[in-house]
Amino acid sequence: MSNTRTIRFTLNGAPVKTDVEPHETLVDVLRQRFNIGGVRESCGQGLCGCCTAIVDGIAVSSCLFLAMFADGTAVDTIEHLGSSHRLDPIQEAFIEAGALQCGFCTPGFILMTKQLLDIHPVPSDDDIRHYLAGNLCRCSAYPEILAAVKLAARRRNSAAEPA
Amino acid sequence: MTPEPMPLSQVGRSIPRLEASAKVTGRAEYVHNLRLPGMLYGKIFRSIVPHGRITQVNVSAARAVEGVHRVVTIEDIRSIIPNPYFGPAFHDQPILADHKVRFAGEPVAVVLAENYRVAEQAAGLITAQYEELQAVDDEVEAVSASVFVHDELKPASTFADLQHLKGQRGTNVALDYRLRHGDAEAAFAAADQVFEHSFRTQPVMHTPLEPFVSVADAANGRLTIHTASQSPSFVRIEIARLLGWAENRVRVKTAHLGGGFGSKLYIKLEALVAALSLLTGRPVKISLTMEEQFFMVTRHACTLKIKSAVDKNGRITARQCKTWWNGGAYADIGPRVTQKAGFTAAGPYDIENVALDSYAVYTNRPPASALRGFGAPQTAWAYETHTDLIAEALNIDKLEFRRRNILRNGRPQATGTVVRDTGLEAILDRLAERLAWDQPFDRGSDKLRRGRGIAIGFKAIVAPTTSAAIVKINADGSCTLYCGTVDMGQGSDTCMTQIAAEVLNIEAESIQVIHPDTDVTPYDMGTLGSRSTFHMGNAVRLAAEDAKSKIAALMAELNLPPGSNVPLVELFRRKYGMQAGNIIGTGSFHPAYAKPDHQTGRSPQVTPFWGVGGTGAEVEVDTETGQFRVTTLVNVVDAGVPINPKLVQQQISGAAIMQFGFTVSENMVFHEGQLTNGSLADYKIPGLLDLPRNFINEWVEARQHDGPFGAKGVGESATIALSPAIGNAIADAVGVRLTELPLTAESVYRAMQAAKGKPLPEQ
Repeated sequence: MSNTRTIRFTLNGAPVKTDVEPHETLVDVLRQRFNIGGVRESCGQGLCGCCTAIVDGIAVSSCLFLAMFADGTAVDTIEHLGSSHRLDPIQEAFIEAGALQCGFCTPGFILMTKQLLDIHPVPSDDDIRHYLAGNLCRCSAYPEILAAVKLAARRRNSAAEPA
Repeated sequence: MTPEPMPLSQVGRSIPRLEASAKVTGRAEYVHNLRLPGMLYGKIFRSIVPHGRITQVNVSAARAVEGVHRVVTIEDIRSIIPNPYFGPAFHDQPILADHKVRFAGEPVAVVLAENYRVAEQAAGLITAQYEELQAVDDEVEAVSASVFVHDELKPASTFADLQHLKGQRGTNVALDYRLRHGDAEAAFAAADQVFEHSFRTQPVMHTPLEPFVSVADAANGRLTIHTASQSPSFVRIEIARLLGWAENRVRVKTAHLGGGFGSKLYIKLEALVAALSLLTGRPVKISLTMEEQFFMVTRHACTLKIKSAVDKNGRITARQCKTWWNGGAYADIGPRVTQKAGFTAAGPYDIENVALDSYAVYTNRPPASALRGFGAPQTAWAYETHTDLIAEALNIDKLEFRRRNILRNGRPQATGTVVRDTGLEAILDRLAERLAWDQPFDRGSDKLRRGRGIAIGFKAIVAPTTSAAIVKINADGSCTLYCGTVDMGQGSDTCMTQIAAEVLNIEAESIQVIHPDTDVTPYDMGTLGSRSTFHMGNAVRLAAEDAKSKIAALMAELNLPPGSNVPLVELFRRKYGMQAGNIIGTGSFHPAYAKPDHQTGRSPQVTPFWGVGGTGAEVEVDTETGQFRVTTLVNVVDAGVPINPKLVQQQISGAAIMQFGFTVSENMVFHEGQLTNGSLADYKIPGLLDLPRNFINEWVEARQHDGPFGAKGVGESATIALSPAIGNAIADAVGVRLTELPLTAESVYRAMQAAKGKPLPEQ
């Protein structure tokens, strides 16, 4: 059991290092070593999106992502979105549209929405449904999630336009 | 700061959830995230046989793993809890298997380690030998089987009407509820026409995304349990009973729940973690994986037989229903589900002669319990498909047939309880309107056939139950609400503050809610069965009114005229000479209830209110493959007067999508007692792509005269009638009737082939 290796990465903007074993997953390391509560293990199979983290700008299921592969990367979680004073427009849109119930899956949906809007600033209804198909919400706030993504897209686009 | 008086009503505002900001930033607290200093992690080793005597459990290899603290079996548990059996209706469930296993997946031993992954690895090294016993799987066969899941029935004292079962041997029937209204036999003998059909529903699972998790911390002669539970008050009572302790030595706290839906009710992992913490003197956490959740609790599979007599005017004159509930190995709250769903098994129709029998049956499967509807969706699947079949045979329009027989306010329901304040008729009208029922309907082509269906159902609310609340006015005039209702996503915190704010004439968002903590918050029976808005809502209203009258008394004491607008902080200053003190308002609510008569099953007051929901569906069916698509889904519930319309809307759509999963995809498939698809890879819950394109969710207002500001519970209403509405639409499209859930392309295709006289071979 002693194949530990030291990895170094940037976590939510700050450099960190830790010792990990080859089988350890990113979700475990983020939760156990760094007290990150916004990534959550639910299905453990990369199907529900509750453990979504952003590694070098790409959303990953951190329950299937070996921590060793995070070496040298930049890892961001929901804790890094917005600032302590101001929510990200996507977070605001999720609140306004009521796009959450129990909130357990919400960080994953928000991070995937960010990636969607970064790539497709004006997503169609179909784009949203397909892009977020890998995130599950058992409370089924889906109608409000669709509305929130559209609202966030409108806000981002109008903010991006020159005054 | 003293909140500003609010000119506008607080009830009826669609304010966002109070905790929305904490949830979108990932900072909301869940027990999932809780870590205590010195905490051990437990991993459960489970039975691989559905029924057997344990001959050996070998834990030596697990014990030898570095980092393992201890491996625990029932003998160890017994040193702490001599009689280690728990449960809300029966004390039938051992904390760990006690020389016998009763379902595949039952906990047999627990590894405790400093690290969760070490515990997991070590649990994999445990082996057990079993002397296998014949298992019972089917709820109907189990009634007459010679194999018994339990040697002796052990009803808890919780429910007085189970006491006659105490000590019974040689049976798998945990409860038989019967109802006799009028004379069904005579009515069948005199009937113009009689219709009889059988139906089945499948076992499904709640699947909260935060899997079951509990932490126990025994220290200084007390026990603190942090648990993702919907019923912290019950957990405290049951743990105190198991330990023989006073209730005040046990503290049960919840955080936000990552979903519940009925799964996290009564007592689940709490007894196990309590015993483990007492054994080790350290905090112990057990978090289940998603796969393990499938072994925890399910929704009952059912077999339902229903028979109706109809006169030549298309009036139902008699109905007989028999329902067998597959309760699995431990009763949990199944006997209550059996009785409560039994009350309404004949449907929301005005029928003079009714005979109902409802059996809670033990089998060698994972335990079954309540799941968003307390059994009502299963009974509605039968009675609303049956209703359509009768209308079809009589050649009466399906809406018209329902209208002709619908139970109207002021009429007694089968239990004898008079129905009032329901929106049954209004819901039928609204469904007809939304589906344009009286307009011509495009029936599609030969290849792609279209159809539409409606269904309506209702449920009695679990009774008798009670709730209590405390409203504290602080010395600066701000308000704190102590409320044992668990916010598991339904938005109860927000709803309760709106009720308190309405009474106190302050802004709802200014109120702080203290989450359930049995050391602090008063008793609540549990967050279940759509009861909180009505029961806790009334308790909160009464607590706020009590606080308000105490404010008025303080004003009088200070010689201020009634209605004076002196700020609250000033009142406290004048009273105490400084900013000090507080006002405590308390409220306790316990609605009237009359126990059903054991022989007739009847009661003049069986439920505090009725939950009512209707669904309309339009479908397209591919006649070559059986694939179908729900193109329009309309859900209309009776919401009383909504406290927060947006939250009500979400309860309707959320419940509907959940039931949609139970209708078209979810199914726990067992083979010889073994679950074959216990993971999200093989058990499909709805995602965004499953959302119907035209998805309408509405309510009709039917003021509940004794609800808080006219409100009633709505959490389950949209689950009740959804499955039969879709089944009825498929039948309308392609002329085949499915009697068993779930409805899949394969089952539609098989039925179509059978109808053509070319049945496919059974698998």
